[in-house]
Amino acid sequence: MSETFALPNHKTPHEDYLNATYGIRSWLLTTDHKRIALLYLASVTFFFFVGGIFATMIRIHLLTPSGALVTPETYNKLFTMHGVAMIFFFLIPSIPAVLGNFLIPLMIGAKDLAFPKINLLSWYIYLIGGCFVLYSFGTGGLDTGWTFYTPLSSIYSNSAVTPAVIGIFINGFSSILTGLNFIVTIHTMRAPGMTWFRLPLFVWAHYATSLVMILGTPVVAITLLLAGLERMFHLGFFNPALGGDPILFQHLFWFYSHPAVYIMVLPSMGVVSEIIPTLARKPIFGYSFIAGSSIAIAVIGFLVWAHHMFVTGESTYAALTFSFLSYLVAIPSAVKVFNWTATLYKGSISWDTPMIYALGFIGLFLIGGLTGLFLACLGLDIHIHDTYFVVAHFHYIMVGGAVMGYLGGLHFWWPKITGKLYPESLSRLAAVILFIGFNLTFFPQFILGYLGMPRRYHSYPPEFQVLNVMSTAGASILALGYLLPMVYFVWSMRYGPAAGANPWPATGLEWKTPSPPPTENFEVTPEVTWEPYDYSKRPDLGLVAGAPLAPAHGDD
Amino acid sequence: MHRTGELYGHFETLEQQKDSATLGMWIFLVTEVLFFGGLFLTYSINRHLYFTAFGVGGNMLDLRLGATNTVVLIASSFTMAMSVWSAQTSRKKLLPIFLILTLVLGFVFLGIKYVEYKQKFDHHLVPGRSFDLTYRINHAGPGDDPKELAAERAEIADALRTEAPGNPHEALVALNAHAQLYFSLYFGMTGLHALHMIVGAGLLVWVIRESFKGRFSASYNTPIEIVGLYWHFVDIVWIYLFALLYLINRHAV
Amino acid sequence: MQSQLPLYPEQASNFAPQVDSLMLFIITVCLFFAVGVTIAIVWFFFRYHRRGKNEVGIPLHGDSRLETLWIVVPLMLAMAMFSWGAVIYVDYRHMPKDTLDIYMIGKQWMWKAQQPNGIREINELHVPVGRNVRMILASEDVIHDFYVPAFRVKMDVVPGHYNTMWFRPTKPGRYHFFCSQYCGTNHAIMGGWVIVMEPSDYASWLAGASLGEANPLGSGEKLFTEKACATCHVANGTGRAPSLNGVYGAQVLLADGSTAVADDAYIRESILQPAAKIVAGYQPLMPTFQGQLTEEQVIALTAYIKSLQSQPVPTKGSGVAPAKGKK
Repeated sequence: MSETFALPNHKTPHEDYLNATYGIRSWLLTTDHKRIALLYLASVTFFFFVGGIFATMIRIHLLTPSGALVTPETYNKLFTMHGVAMIFFFLIPSIPAVLGNFLIPLMIGAKDLAFPKINLLSWYIYLIGGCFVLYSFGTGGLDTGWTFYTPLSSIYSNSAVTPAVIGIFINGFSSILTGLNFIVTIHTMRAPGMTWFRLPLFVWAHYATSLVMILGTPVVAITLLLAGLERMFHLGFFNPALGGDPILFQHLFWFYSHPAVYIMVLPSMGVVSEIIPTLARKPIFGYSFIAGSSIAIAVIGFLVWAHHMFVTGESTYAALTFSFLSYLVAIPSAVKVFNWTATLYKGSISWDTPMIYALGFIGLFLIGGLTGLFLACLGLDIHIHDTYFVVAHFHYIMVGGAVMGYLGGLHFWWPKITGKLYPESLSRLAAVILFIGFNLTFFPQFILGYLGMPRRYHSYPPEFQVLNVMSTAGASILALGYLLPMVYFVWSMRYGPAAGANPWPATGLEWKTPSPPPTENFEVTPEVTWEPYDYSKRPDLGLVAGAPLAPAHGDD
Repeated sequence: MHRTGELYGHFETLEQQKDSATLGMWIFLVTEVLFFGGLFLTYSINRHLYFTAFGVGGNMLDLRLGATNTVVLIASSFTMAMSVWSAQTSRKKLLPIFLILTLVLGFVFLGIKYVEYKQKFDHHLVPGRSFDLTYRINHAGPGDDPKELAAERAEIADALRTEAPGNPHEALVALNAHAQLYFSLYFGMTGLHALHMIVGAGLLVWVIRESFKGRFSASYNTPIEIVGLYWHFVDIVWIYLFALLYLINRHAV
Repeated sequence: MQSQLPLYPEQASNFAPQVDSLMLFIITVCLFFAVGVTIAIVWFFFRYHRRGKNEVGIPLHGDSRLETLWIVVPLMLAMAMFSWGAVIYVDYRHMPKDTLDIYMIGKQWMWKAQQPNGIREINELHVPVGRNVRMILASEDVIHDFYVPAFRVKMDVVPGHYNTMWFRPTKPGRYHFFCSQYCGTNHAIMGGWVIVMEPSDYASWLAGASLGEANPLGSGEKLFTEKACATCHVANGTGRAPSLNGVYGAQVLLADGSTAVADDAYIRESILQPAAKIVAGYQPLMPTFQGQLTEEQVIALTAYIKSLQSQPVPTKGSGVAPAKGKK
């Protein structure tokens, strides 16, 4: 038996996936989806830091109109590398590879994903891709923008484009394999009684996300491959002098990169769809609408890519079509927001940290999503395209939305993943700091954009300075909001009180195993007879008067 | 490698295991369709824009070798299907034979591809600094068929007149640029396909080894089935490539 | 100048008030929903705060009528936003008939403008107030974008393509323009000023500004001779190629029976890829000038050909399609 140690306020730990085997090999060669999730947690956090450092430098540089911190070349590399690191190596993997990997088998009552070894391979592919990109960062950096528009990236840029493109290409396969694994798992490995419409909405969200991953990622892979080959061998796919067309690159690139943003946001919507019914202790309002809207977003999301190209000179008919479809894709998201809000009505709402994150998500996603309507509007987009308005819009969704969802999910499932509780008041404070800091950072950028400040500018006219300084000031508060959880999460792993199997309590299958779960997840394959988020027919949750509960959490 | 045929720990039943493997392979093939799709789209757009140069380029491909390769691959799909049948009917002696036949045919394909590529290399048709569409007609060697050369010469002259009438120098530059686009796509698409064939060959080696150990039978033959799926897909991609690259605008010679 | 805490740029073009009104409309609609949802959430958050340890919520699984309502209403509002924006955009992409044409070339990291009479400007653009101005945009290297916030207009400048945009300045003054498509190191300082003048001031500026060495009308005429265009494109229609009198802006009858409008893009294509469209009744003899002419020279030739609009069109030997389709 592995050695254990007794801590003052802890029960003697049982055997779980964390202590079942020891040694670095047991982690680096694991096929346990839960351990792989933690491997991903470590690596995405690393890239979050990398991207975050670049962001910090960007905001400091933009304190003054002439930009005193770095040279123009360096600034251009900073925003490019910030985008590449954050999008491909943090946002896209984050929730699916960390929370999805950990929870999907548990939520459907399975012992692991369908292809555990491919799951591990996904992580290694991610690392190899990351190494290429870090190599690019370290040997001259990358200054093409994360969008790699040709012919700037394929001919004119003097930075380390080729290794970066190779790294992102390789990383794409990590995404594809994860999506493949999830789809097969959800189809074939559900426990008896776990019908499609009993699935937790988190699973629906990841199913939709996986559809986008497997269909979109191969296209960006081949696109970047072509751009890389063009650069290496002076070919002419996107070079007008050799008969190519830069606009072709944009179409191919955005065909993936627009659905990619749904890869980033759908999982966090899934997280919110779990937190709200749980912490309001009632079923979600409109389950089938929320499930269906995830699929609708995934499908319609493939039909809107050229709304990034309204001012490229694309045909007016194309622009009209893509604008129209872009408005359609907003509707399912609106449906979700209304359903989440309706769920709160007559709920029993806890003020626990995950609920703060979930509500913060809704607030920030609301602004981000609504500002998408501005950008989808053709007449308006002529003015605000490629300005800070766009920058504010996508940060509201990616950071205000996806990252809040990711952190909310970490807080919600931390007790299950680690078996420990984190300090409640501090975590609530951090969530509020994050929310405030975020708004201070990015709201001024909407105004900057409408005033006409273009994006990707290392220096700007003096009349834009006040808003830039406000934005940087907000960023410092935002940074604090991110650092606090890192500190107390680490603290909790050693000093946090034991969580028990189901501290909230929640109705999902993942809460019916101990915290942390044993390696094989369930001693006996569960059989599902209840509807999701059903608190009225679940006496086992301990909400009947007198029944024992797990250690109390916060103010409940 | 896990011992094939056994239930992996995380599955409940062999049926679940088989369903997962098959669904997994189908989804993987869907991603491959999207992967090749980007290339096909680029090819289609450029063929539409530069049909003259693409016509010239396409006629420089060896139709006999290409057609042979098509027959070879279709035959290999047949032997692959026979392998699956052998496995499903527990014909344990027949199975490795068909698998090996498939592998051999795959190698024949790759060998012919190598010959074609070498030809292109010798004729300066590999995109890059030394690309020259007119190299072959200007440096005729003893092995070249004079009738073929004459036809090619006439075709290039025709194309030059279309690209830029009255201005032979500019026409040559344009024709070379557009033809280089053609050959970039030719090597890109057939190269990617050949890479997939090599992976397929590797998969075949694996199942051949396992089949010699008698692992596959009517009750368990999933690896054969999914390798078969993959192999058929690679075959279908080739048929599209053959049609798009070799056959469009083909002149009778 | 702008107010102390500006929320929007000056309105200096015909599009600016339209765009700002549209913005206000969308802000209003979005604010309504944002505030509504926020109030609901905050209200529920406090009103339904958990009171007892074992309290649960009251199950409400859904309501199809409510779902329908909050699908249909947002959809209708979305369609309103779409339609209004579409109207402005279609207007923007559809060049008006009578425009002052200015060529704008973007290259790393500067802008070169050419006025109709040949005056060249670098990083500056003089335009008259109240006139429809059409910009014809070309790039010499990577993708750029010409953006005037005060006019609320921008358009990408793509190598290998011609893009056009138009606006009508409504207020004299000096307005910033920016490059707004990332184009490399000095993308952020690749901007300049649009100077909108009263028509009389603009006319005097045009006349008074030095022509420099290149008056594109004059240089276009010189090129036409130098490059031997005149050898085939004889003005009276007796040459091997159609006369170019009156062809600019006219319908041209092509060899395959279709017609095309001889606009700037057509002229440019005819010079650089002459085989693309052959005029009916003529042989594909014209050589391509790809690689032999700079962008400026193509523009100069185009300006010269445009100036031939007013020349008499020969009855035989012209590419201009006959009226009413009669042969």
